[in-house]
Amino acid sequence: MNKEDLSFKIKQSTDVNVRECYQCGKCTAGCPLAEHMDLRPSVIMRMLQSGDKEDEDKILRSLSIWLCLTCETCYSRCPMELDIPKIMDHLRQRSLAEGKVHHDARNIVTFHKSFLNTVERNGRLHEIGLVLDYKMHSGKLFQDITVAPGMFSRGKLSILPEQIKDKKGLSRLFKNQDKNTK
Amino acid sequence: MSKIGVFICHCGENISATVDVEKVAEVAGTLDGVEYSTHYKYMCSDPGQSLIKQTIKEKGLTGVVVAACSPRMHEPTFRKACAEAGLNPYLCEMANLREHCSWVHEKSDATTQKASDIVRTLVEKVKHNKPLQSIKVPITKKALVIGGGIAGIQASLDIANAGHQVVLVEKDPSIGGHMSQLSETFPTLDCSQCILTPRMVEVAQHPNITMMTYSELEKLEGSIGNFKATIRKKAKSVDEKMCTGCGLCTTKCPNKKIPSEFNTGLGTRTAIYVPFPQAVPNKPVIDKANCTYYQKGKCKICEKTCPTGAICFDQEDEFVELEVGAIVVATGFNVMETSEFAEYGYGKYKDVINGLQFERLASASGPTLGEIRRPSDGKIPEKIVFIACAGSRDPAKGKPYCSKICCMYTAKHAMLYQHKVHGGHSYVFYMDIRAAGKNYDEFTRRAIVEDEVNYIRGRVSRVYEENGKLIVKGVDTLLNAKPVEIEADMVVLATAGVANPGSEELAQRMHISYDAYNFFSEAHPKLKPVETNTVGIFLAGACQAPKDIPETVSQASGAAAKVAILFSQDELSRDPAIAVVNRCAPPLFSTCVGCFMCATACPYNAIGEELIKNRNGEVIKRVAKVNPGLCQGCGTCVAFCRSKSIDIDGYTNEQMYSEVMALLNND
Amino acid sequence: MTGSSREYNESLLAISKAAGIELVEITDWNCCGATAAHNLNKELSVSLPARNLALAEFDGMEELVVPCAACYNRLVMTQHELNEDSNLKARIAEKLKMPLKNSIKILNVLQFLEKYFIPRLDELVKYPLTYDVACYYGCLLVRPNKVMHVERWEDPMAMDIIMQKLGANAIDWPFKTECCGAGFSVSKPEIVGELSGKIVRNAVGNGAKAIVVACPMCHSNLDMRRPAIESYLNKKVDIPVIYITQAIALAMGIAPKEAGIQRHFVPVNLTVNR
Repeated sequence: MNKEDLSFKIKQSTDVNVRECYQCGKCTAGCPLAEHMDLRPSVIMRMLQSGDKEDEDKILRSLSIWLCLTCETCYSRCPMELDIPKIMDHLRQRSLAEGKVHHDARNIVTFHKSFLNTVERNGRLHEIGLVLDYKMHSGKLFQDITVAPGMFSRGKLSILPEQIKDKKGLSRLFKNQDKNTK
Repeated sequence: MSKIGVFICHCGENISATVDVEKVAEVAGTLDGVEYSTHYKYMCSDPGQSLIKQTIKEKGLTGVVVAACSPRMHEPTFRKACAEAGLNPYLCEMANLREHCSWVHEKSDATTQKASDIVRTLVEKVKHNKPLQSIKVPITKKALVIGGGIAGIQASLDIANAGHQVVLVEKDPSIGGHMSQLSETFPTLDCSQCILTPRMVEVAQHPNITMMTYSELEKLEGSIGNFKATIRKKAKSVDEKMCTGCGLCTTKCPNKKIPSEFNTGLGTRTAIYVPFPQAVPNKPVIDKANCTYYQKGKCKICEKTCPTGAICFDQEDEFVELEVGAIVVATGFNVMETSEFAEYGYGKYKDVINGLQFERLASASGPTLGEIRRPSDGKIPEKIVFIACAGSRDPAKGKPYCSKICCMYTAKHAMLYQHKVHGGHSYVFYMDIRAAGKNYDEFTRRAIVEDEVNYIRGRVSRVYEENGKLIVKGVDTLLNAKPVEIEADMVVLATAGVANPGSEELAQRMHISYDAYNFFSEAHPKLKPVETNTVGIFLAGACQAPKDIPETVSQASGAAAKVAILFSQDELSRDPAIAVVNRCAPPLFSTCVGCFMCATACPYNAIGEELIKNRNGEVIKRVAKVNPGLCQGCGTCVAFCRSKSIDIDGYTNEQMYSEVMALLNND
Repeated sequence: MTGSSREYNESLLAISKAAGIELVEITDWNCCGATAAHNLNKELSVSLPARNLALAEFDGMEELVVPCAACYNRLVMTQHELNEDSNLKARIAEKLKMPLKNSIKILNVLQFLEKYFIPRLDELVKYPLTYDVACYYGCLLVRPNKVMHVERWEDPMAMDIIMQKLGANAIDWPFKTECCGAGFSVSKPEIVGELSGKIVRNAVGNGAKAIVVACPMCHSNLDMRRPAIESYLNKKVDIPVIYITQAIALAMGIAPKEAGIQRHFVPVNLTVNR
């Protein structure tokens, strides 16, 4: 592994050595989203092994890494016990940091960002706040508009957010986030 | 007056790259008692050895120190050279400058100093060495073979044909092992039982072979040439001399639903049973755990049926003591069960079976008479999936090794299926195809091309049942990792080869080494594949590691040859480094007080007693005595003795102290 | 759990109260970050759960019950990660400005029920639920199996055993731990429709009359997102989805309204023989 290789950076950050993968494909075989992915997990592992810069770029620009649900099925079945979900997290963080998010994955990223925004603001998840934030940023203004009345009538929509007291302590966690994807 | 010769070896570069051998030789030459000191590139070579021999003769050396590699490597070499030059071989010692010094340190002054220290200690020891003679021990020319599969059978026949007595011990009621369970063997598709049963009969009829079936090794004592083995002959509840093998009892036994071990649980047997029709000996045994009489006190129908009165319910396990000179361990292997696979159903799906179970289905004498049928409903599967590497090459399942035979038998299974089920569809999910033997690769190509078995490169993540079908979720990594889902009627897992249960206990009972997977260890992975680290005990077959039949037979013949070599000598020369109880002049006779702590401590039961008598035959003293045939020279007795009356020849207390003092007094 | 998973909270509190078990919330707890944090920010994904661990220790708690499967998974993973990497642990403790021993015992709802309810079910159950049910565990309670250490992780039995003790017949079915679509509920609901649809189809095909869950995300996907499921399966499916705590509540004779049964989207028509 060269220091510039993505696989090297993955080893530094996650302690997973992609060289151990012997391309059996069990991860892809068990992945619930495999059929929807452009680059399947075992193919991503091979691309990481090759160290080819074009392939590395393709990985970060793929839809696959964002479709991954971190269901942990691949990790639990991998004969080499490779923590693929951890690699996926790293690839996602890097993809975001380098501005390479796949077009069809933008609303997934938006959802995650909206989630964290409400947590940053309130300390606890505010579901309505999340949905509103998401709608604003994704432009999907009418999504789930039919579901809302049902939620409301069942008492499952809390309008006001819950707030924690130690906002200062929380904001410390959100500030000075390390650039993990060095 | 000591005249010691010190010979420092460079060992090529192994020693000289890290240790300044010239300096060490120079310093050694200044030591008190050293007559001659030199260094040479390869002491073990012909010129090196000649140098030692010449120097012994020219300088009249009284002792030799060869400072080189480990004595485990070349002590015999140098001792032989000294003997040829007329010096008692036990006056030659080796100083280990390689494994103990140059190989474990970096090049530095401290390393060279350590080398010098090591040489000095051995020089001091040699000053106290006494000439010793090897101990001659008689050899019992009888072999014990443990395990009656093809490995044990081959080894027994070879040793017996070389003219020696063999006792073959097998824990099952019949010999034959796993080979008798196979349908056909690769790459020729020979019928397995057809090629095996003649050998089984040969063993049974051979005048030099005594077969003990339904028996196990209970205890083992002694050492090479002189083992004492205790065999437990489990009670068969049948008198073999009276039994004619007519089989009437097995037809009348009311307990018919016991899962048959021979049929891997796919068929049943009775409580009084013969494991398979071609069993040798073809005499039944009673499975006490499942017999109505033994469990509940009622029945005895077999006794009433037997025309010769061969049933004896009061038979007990019998213990037989054997004196043998060599042992061949051929206890074989097993395969993982389907229940060990979480992702393939934890063994709850009846139609997910392992390779050995498929062999029984394919076998003409099996539970389905050779027709491939689903265990669940007896229907013939139209789509069958074979999963290779199930458990092997899988660190997550604790078995990182390759089981060697599965690629070949999977191809064979798929071919047999295609031959028996015309129009059937078979799939093999594989990672690699390992077909390294003679005609093996051609065999696997035949499966793919001629028999149209569909090979898909990828592993299966999961198998589950839906509407009576088995859903197999795999992948084709050669097609850009395309997920492949097959609705199969049967799934065969080529499960990993594993050691037999009880292997660890057996190895410990025999004092042989075994590895992390409980396979028995060979003495050297390249050059000593049929010997263990325990001299006199040899290995044959899959108990050492999974392997196919030709390799097993080769290894068995190899082990038999080693036994024949041993038996070709009249007596065995044993290393004289054994314990000796001191004797001295009357009236003391010996400083031994007769407490026998040493006898209690000895792990080899090598210490007995000696009665010292006076002229009238009256016993004046009772002291310990070491049996030179059994003593292994471990030194435990020396540590226990309170009066310092016992010592190891060649490693006496005096010699050991002198080494320690030499290390401490660096002047 | 006061919003979309309100009934989970209600039923858990109801059965605990009836059994005399007191549940105390961690003072000033925060959101663990769930999937969003570990997808976007490594350190945040550890520091948010770690804050809760530190707060729990500060409150003097020895045992933590975490009904939400995702929070449970994040807390256990965080505890594991901090145990493996002492540098990380020091850095996080520094950021939190709180001491962190990281030794608190974390229980998920099934482990909680196993410890505190199973021994007493014989006395607590008044009205057995005699139905065929499919117990659905989802992903995060059992995987990754190297950290979660569930014995029979491809075919778990914890909920099945509880349901058997409640009088129900927990069917043997192969989709116990298949992913429901998780956090794609909002961003990619058609995927939820597909994944949850496969689960529902298999449960119904194996004769289940109800699906029992222990994760609010799974419940939401199987219940609230039923239209997406029906769209994928191309037919109407009315199998109800209830929480394990609600099943226990019904069997204990607690009024359905107290257990929040009315809050489900798919009507729950499991009557109890009174």
